[in-house]
Amino acid sequence: MSNPLADMAKPDVIFCIGTNMTECHPVAATGLKKALARGAKLIVADPRRIKLAELANIYLPIRVGSDVALLLAMAHVIEREGLVDASFIKERTEGWDEFREHLKEFTPEWASKICEVPAKDIEEAGLYYGRGSPSAIYYTLGITEHICGVDNVQSLCNLALMTGNLGIEGAGINPMRGQNNIQGCGDCGAETLVYPGSVPITDKAARDKFAHAYQRPDLDLGEAMTKVTAFNECGKTLRAMLIDGENTVVSDPDRNHCEQALKSLDHLVVIDLFLTDTAKLAHLVLPATGWAETDGVVCNTERRVQRLRAAVPPPGEARPDWWIIAQIARRLGIPGFDFSSAAEVFNELCSLSPTYGGLDWDRVSRESLIWPVPTKDHPGTPILHVGSFANGRGKFRVLGYRDPAEVIDESFPVWLTTGRRLQSYHTRTQTGRSSGMDYLLSEESLEVNPADLAAWGLRDDDWVRLSSRRGSVEMKVRGTDRSPRGTVFTSFSFAEVPVNNLTGSGYDPTTHTAELKVCAVRIEFVAR
Amino acid sequence: MSATATERQQTMTLDGQEVTFAQGETLYEVARRHQIQVPTLCYDPRLEAFGGCRLCVVEVRGAKTPVASCTTRAAQGMVVSTATPAVEKLRQTLLEMVVSENREVAVNPLRGFASQELTTLVHRYGAQTGRFQGKHSGKSNSADLNPFILRDYDLCISCYRCVRVCAEQEGDYAISVMHRGFRTQITTEFNGNLKDSSCTFCGQCVQTCPTGALADKKALRGADLPGEIQKTRTICPYCGVGCSVDIMTKGDRMVGIQPAMDGPANQGALCVKGQFAFDFVQHDDRLKTPLLRQPDGSFKEIGWDEALDFAADGFRNALEKHGRRSVYGIASGRAPHEAAYSMQKFIRAGFGTHYVDNCSRA
Repeated sequence: MSNPLADMAKPDVIFCIGTNMTECHPVAATGLKKALARGAKLIVADPRRIKLAELANIYLPIRVGSDVALLLAMAHVIEREGLVDASFIKERTEGWDEFREHLKEFTPEWASKICEVPAKDIEEAGLYYGRGSPSAIYYTLGITEHICGVDNVQSLCNLALMTGNLGIEGAGINPMRGQNNIQGCGDCGAETLVYPGSVPITDKAARDKFAHAYQRPDLDLGEAMTKVTAFNECGKTLRAMLIDGENTVVSDPDRNHCEQALKSLDHLVVIDLFLTDTAKLAHLVLPATGWAETDGVVCNTERRVQRLRAAVPPPGEARPDWWIIAQIARRLGIPGFDFSSAAEVFNELCSLSPTYGGLDWDRVSRESLIWPVPTKDHPGTPILHVGSFANGRGKFRVLGYRDPAEVIDESFPVWLTTGRRLQSYHTRTQTGRSSGMDYLLSEESLEVNPADLAAWGLRDDDWVRLSSRRGSVEMKVRGTDRSPRGTVFTSFSFAEVPVNNLTGSGYDPTTHTAELKVCAVRIEFVAR
Repeated sequence: MSATATERQQTMTLDGQEVTFAQGETLYEVARRHQIQVPTLCYDPRLEAFGGCRLCVVEVRGAKTPVASCTTRAAQGMVVSTATPAVEKLRQTLLEMVVSENREVAVNPLRGFASQELTTLVHRYGAQTGRFQGKHSGKSNSADLNPFILRDYDLCISCYRCVRVCAEQEGDYAISVMHRGFRTQITTEFNGNLKDSSCTFCGQCVQTCPTGALADKKALRGADLPGEIQKTRTICPYCGVGCSVDIMTKGDRMVGIQPAMDGPANQGALCVKGQFAFDFVQHDDRLKTPLLRQPDGSFKEIGWDEALDFAADGFRNALEKHGRRSVYGIASGRAPHEAAYSMQKFIRAGFGTHYVDNCSRA
């Protein structure tokens, strides 16, 4: 997030797109509700009539995968009505003239046909965002899990840049991260494209620094391989894999493909708390200490670095993940794994990461700071991009709308979009083992618009077969106005309904994020 | 001179001391800032002041009757006494009226974060619990079989904190009030079960209840465990908001979760997962030893030495036979920094590649 969570209380206009915040980030949503009670205006763009839609001043039930069209048209309105921040554009951005020219053709009328919402609502959304002082954008995986995920994010950046909604309180572009430490995972460089501190692997100086620190003179310069590519290479160039705490065969798209990939490895080691479906495919499963048993550090969605503290002993022989990895490394003779505590590991990270340079275990144990924290006396950086951008000027991106990887047709006439529910978390390895959660939600069902149910001759609780070009699952249907006509929804949380048998139609070419939010399906009655 | 500077210079007299206050501050807030303990029952600093319990009354020179300090704003030159004998006597009587209604005063602290507030005040004021006999308000709802929230309204004192936290803090409006006076009943839509209301089971009503009338059913399962409750401050394991929580333990058992009221990301708020979905940690399904897959597909329990040798041998074989580009590592977005950092170092230092990623692409 460019701005801290506390800023949620400050915007004049809040634009939520592709985020089901009340279910996926409920505590952040409480801040949003308070802002609305204070008088802030809310624009919500989401194919589903989620709870946020009920709170919105303008609700845009856009067709799945049509975000770029909406955002271009909103930019068109803002430019046409002269709601741009001319001095911000002049002082801090580049590419405006070209972008401005590009916008001319993308009228609300044009977008209306793609997004399937009235042009006047798109117009109004543009006016609201453009007039807000400040306006803030919040988004989640509804933006990124598309083949055009990068275009979606850059379209949001264009909006913020043209209106000067960056680097000030109550504004910004704020992705809500899904997992407790997914932000931290990237901060630590556990991502193919970057070193710790988000420094790109194509940076020669960084390569030299880490080649030296890790005593690895032949460390590659560049040469990334994303997880998606890795799964394609399993059994071919890749022969051995170490997976820590990820139930990838259930959470990733195209389950068949994932299972085949992992089965084709010569050596698969999985570290986890439970014998997950992924762990069952491993040659060796290693028991890790879990939350409440592990001392450590995590980073939240607002870049706040916080201490985890152990409260109870782990079961049996379970060990911290870092200890397990270090022990394997030492047996392989990899230097620099003589860690004897979590603190030592964290302090090494801080010594190598420019964004964590001012942090250490003791400071994180005392203070709760938002990175970048470059020096020991630095107070942290709740708002990014104040006064200037780290990489020079903010660039307007000239981009256009393109269809999802897969569109509906005669054989697969219904849009499927997937997501999460309040009462379950990911593949339910945790919430499924917490007593009482089943009382609130004991099974998964397919959310269908009641008019569609009637048109397809179905009733609530009927069993249907849901099929895509990649596979099929059987599940119950349930009529709800949350789903628009022609679009159905389900979560991937329940093992009984492996909805990722269906997904995986395409990937963003830059990030390799799967298009989990769009897939064309067919629905057939099975039993009543 | 700026307006702010003018405001800073405003002063009043608090228990004989001249003190400064900021524009808009209530007498209660000024007193708290000066470490003066004014008792309250209906007050939660996160909520709009309500002025219902009257325990926070103070004397203001010139006012005929004591005023509620939580709703009275400080004014220039005000002279305030927070604990005169008359005010203290009034508080004691108020407390006696409140507790006379309740089945019990001493409740298990596992019931909720604020559950000891009434008990603490009763002891502080030496209030007699049986002084005012008569009608009781609030009837417990034992029909609501939800697994999380006990609705023990016999202990309710109608402070409306649950109603207000649900509306003001959560924006859920699931809890309401039925009737008035002795017939007052905290309830939900159509007087039904919480599950059928707009309740999201975030547990905020439980945590703000000052008497334990609303209580954490899951935590109370640990009531009979021996030992004192220990609290450990940490961060919730679920979404990326990073709410601060206190894990409650008795001995080696986790018994419950309470929100950290000073948590920087949550300020006391939690959701159903963070509040109630904690017992996966000590679930029987947890892996307890390394497991080695056998030729028949089953897993055999082995010791760490054998496991780590096996793990290392596999990576060494891949390296020797297929080169350094044959090994890949996937880090977890759920494990802490130390796990993620070690994983990327394992790959970069061990194989010289960037063949490492995490689950953020799903």
